Amino acid sequence: MSYRTDRARVTGLGSAKAGTGHFWEQRVSAIAMMILTPLFIFPFASSLGGTFEGVQATYSQPFNAIIALAFIITVFLHLFQGLQVVIEDYVHSRMGTVLIISARLFCSLGALTGVFAILKIAFSA
Amino acid sequence: MADANQGNRPLSPHISIYRMPLNATMSILHRATGVALAASLVLVVWWFLAAATSADCFAFIDGLMTSWFGDIVLTLSLLALWYHFTNGIRHLIWDTGSNFGQKRVMRSAMTGLTATLLLTAATIYFT
Repeated sequence: MSYRTDRARVTGLGSAKAGTGHFWEQRVSAIAMMILTPLFIFPFASSLGGTFEGVQATYSQPFNAIIALAFIITVFLHLFQGLQVVIEDYVHSRMGTVLIISARLFCSLGALTGVFAILKIAFSA
Repeated sequence: MADANQGNRPLSPHISIYRMPLNATMSILHRATGVALAASLVLVVWWFLAAATSADCFAFIDGLMTSWFGDIVLTLSLLALWYHFTNGIRHLIWDTGSNFGQKRVMRSAMTGLTATLLLTAATIYFT
């Protein structure tokens, strides 16, 4: 049986039903970042200032390409999770919802662009 | 109960004379670096997109990122990245419920800040 009053059911307020899932997912992506960041940053920083052909050669290596793909996907997920918490904490008006949606669109587009670019380099070189 | 002088009571700790503890500053800096790194990430994706487009596009963004201005931006990005990295590990350890208490928090703060500088120097030196 439900202990909720009829009025509470009608207004639909109450638990967000997500529990601590959001918090937990953020820790999981943080652990992934802890592993991926050092693996990504060294080939990337070495390629900076290099030749166009050198970059093609580096990222057509399966290991570098897969790490770069995993990094880009995870970092944008982690960025969105972080931005959402920051926005929820500091922006209490309707603007907060607008900002969270904007952050989500920005992070999705960023991840998609990065993945497309890395795959194109990996497959065309 | 109705105190006419309520507005003149001293507040404690008043924000203007309250010295932020190191760990509170570091906590705010964790968020600030996280948000700021979004801008660095745009550069990274732009760089990959240019490398997937043409040699000319790549030369433009790569030149921008290795110019003196790019060097400043990327060095600050590296500091932010490794700070967020080491401080994130401190947060993950706290999430397990351990390493609390003034002395241990202070010690991990110092370890984290030292590691930030070392990792930044190592990234610049070895790449």
